[in-house]
Amino acid sequence: MKAIDTLQFSFRAASGYPARTFLILLAMAIGVGAVILLTALGEGARRYVTREFTSLGTHLLIVIPGRSETTGGPPPLLGETPRDLTLEDALALKRNASIRRVAPIALGSAPVVWKQLSREVTIMGSTEALYGIRQLTMAQGRFLPPGNPSRGTAVCVLGYKIKNELFGNTSPLGERVRIGGRRFRVIGVLAPKGQSLGLDMGDIAIIPVASAQALFNTSSLFRIILQATGRDSVPQAKDAILKTIRDRHEGEDDVTVITQDALLKTFDRIFTALTLTVGGIAAISLAVAGILIMNVMMISVSQRKSEIGLLKAIGSPRNQILRLFLSESAILSLIGSLFGVLLALFGTWVSLRLYPNFPVTIPWWALSAATGVGLITGLVFGVLPARKAAALEPVEALSRR
Amino acid sequence: MIELTGIERRFQVGGETVHALQDLDLTVPSGEYLSVMGPSGSGKSTLLNIIGLLDRPDDGVYLLDQVNTTELNDSQQASVRRHRIGFVFQFFHLVPRLTAAENIELPLILTGIDPGERKKRLNLALASLGIADRARHRPDQLSGGQRQRVAIARATIMQPNIILADEPTGNLDRASGKEVIDILEHLNSEGKILIMVTHDPEIGQRAARRIQMLDGRIGSDSEIST
Repeated sequence: MKAIDTLQFSFRAASGYPARTFLILLAMAIGVGAVILLTALGEGARRYVTREFTSLGTHLLIVIPGRSETTGGPPPLLGETPRDLTLEDALALKRNASIRRVAPIALGSAPVVWKQLSREVTIMGSTEALYGIRQLTMAQGRFLPPGNPSRGTAVCVLGYKIKNELFGNTSPLGERVRIGGRRFRVIGVLAPKGQSLGLDMGDIAIIPVASAQALFNTSSLFRIILQATGRDSVPQAKDAILKTIRDRHEGEDDVTVITQDALLKTFDRIFTALTLTVGGIAAISLAVAGILIMNVMMISVSQRKSEIGLLKAIGSPRNQILRLFLSESAILSLIGSLFGVLLALFGTWVSLRLYPNFPVTIPWWALSAATGVGLITGLVFGVLPARKAAALEPVEALSRR
Repeated sequence: MIELTGIERRFQVGGETVHALQDLDLTVPSGEYLSVMGPSGSGKSTLLNIIGLLDRPDDGVYLLDQVNTTELNDSQQASVRRHRIGFVFQFFHLVPRLTAAENIELPLILTGIDPGERKKRLNLALASLGIADRARHRPDQLSGGQRQRVAIARATIMQPNIILADEPTGNLDRASGKEVIDILEHLNSEGKILIMVTHDPEIGQRAARRIQMLDGRIGSDSEIST
């Protein structure tokens, strides 16, 4: 029997029983579609987190006051009180060769008032270095001016959202707003950037760090964000930071330095594990689809008993019948897989429509793997029914009972 | 030439062993027209199935043109069925999803013959059986007589020299039954062996040689008795 005839015969056999064929295709499509879509979701989550981190800036290090360590043993001679990070610490860090920019951050919350309108927002005190570190862009005006960070000037930069809330469509540049009872001149508006690690950069007001410290009546910093000169100098920068702080804090290691890379790597690992898990769940659904194919093919063998008997009577040897049934499974699972791919593409399209910020992407390996596995599943689970069909005795198969 | 010697076929029914065929000897020379009659369960169909290599005897030797068929493996037996034997069934056994033409073409496809050659043989068969206008119809759109003619076309398209018919008129009215018998007898007149199992004495009497089966043995054989 010619290969083309085998294919055609199997195809006709599949199309000859539409209900059965539809069931198999559905099972296969859902199985393959689930594998692709679920891995795409996992991959999307990974990319989403990666993107969030890079939108923070690159080669960043974050210095947080306090240090997590196990204490105990012999009681310390002196009490252990973590020192606050100060503006002077931040300025001292800037003198290191491996560090390009340093942005001290003081954070608090205060109402921003313009005319009758008032809005309670996050107030971030920082310096002009923040602009480059966080890769901010301006919608209007300019960012905080360079100058001595220890001197607070009464200027502020508003986030996009608060500007809209307070000023609507009118330009706020040059207007004076009251923040926590002090007057600040608006010099710029940030371009919308979206969320970044939970901090909405639209609903924020940025003022010079010294002004913020005065406003919140504190000399400590929330944290210091630093940018290393390059990716390679990140570890160097970390050592330098620890050393500088230790020197300044009388030998105490009382800060924690988080590097962005380490954070990113951790998330990457988590999401790879997540993608694999989700892929595993999807693989189970594929196996279920395979078993469904086996069931339906088994029923098909019983249904077509007399056809198989006839094929034998007109001279079809065992392995030819095996081939016919296997090629039918292969055709069904191939078409089913293709439908599954379409289903997955449609699913990602819908997802992108509904959540444009969540980059659901189908990794190419998932596409080919799911289609391949779908085909293999169909063949593997098709073997048993095909063998059953081939092993039928012609007399038995032909009998009407 | 068909030579059966000492053929035994036993079935297990419940706890009992039923002898469908017992120590059966039969020789059918080329070109013979043989009818097999007998009551239900006398082993007529089993005999036909064994001759058609659809069933294997438990004992005995079956020589087909001096070849011992019981020693052939599955694919060799399949090849014998394909090239040497044409089967006509009571229930036609057409594939319901295929058209008449596709049903007839099936043995050619299974053998792997080129489409051009297939087309030629198919048209010839359709014309000689008078069903050319029914070629595109599916079995459920055909009358019983037409279905059996399609089945005969399928049985003969590989040019076998043995035609085995198991109650070929059992599901047909008299008129179409007569037509089918005429076609089969015409094939016999071309030199093919025709072995027909039938209940109908009127049809059975037409054969040159008549066998009466009884409890798995040959009860009477017109050739030997005359």
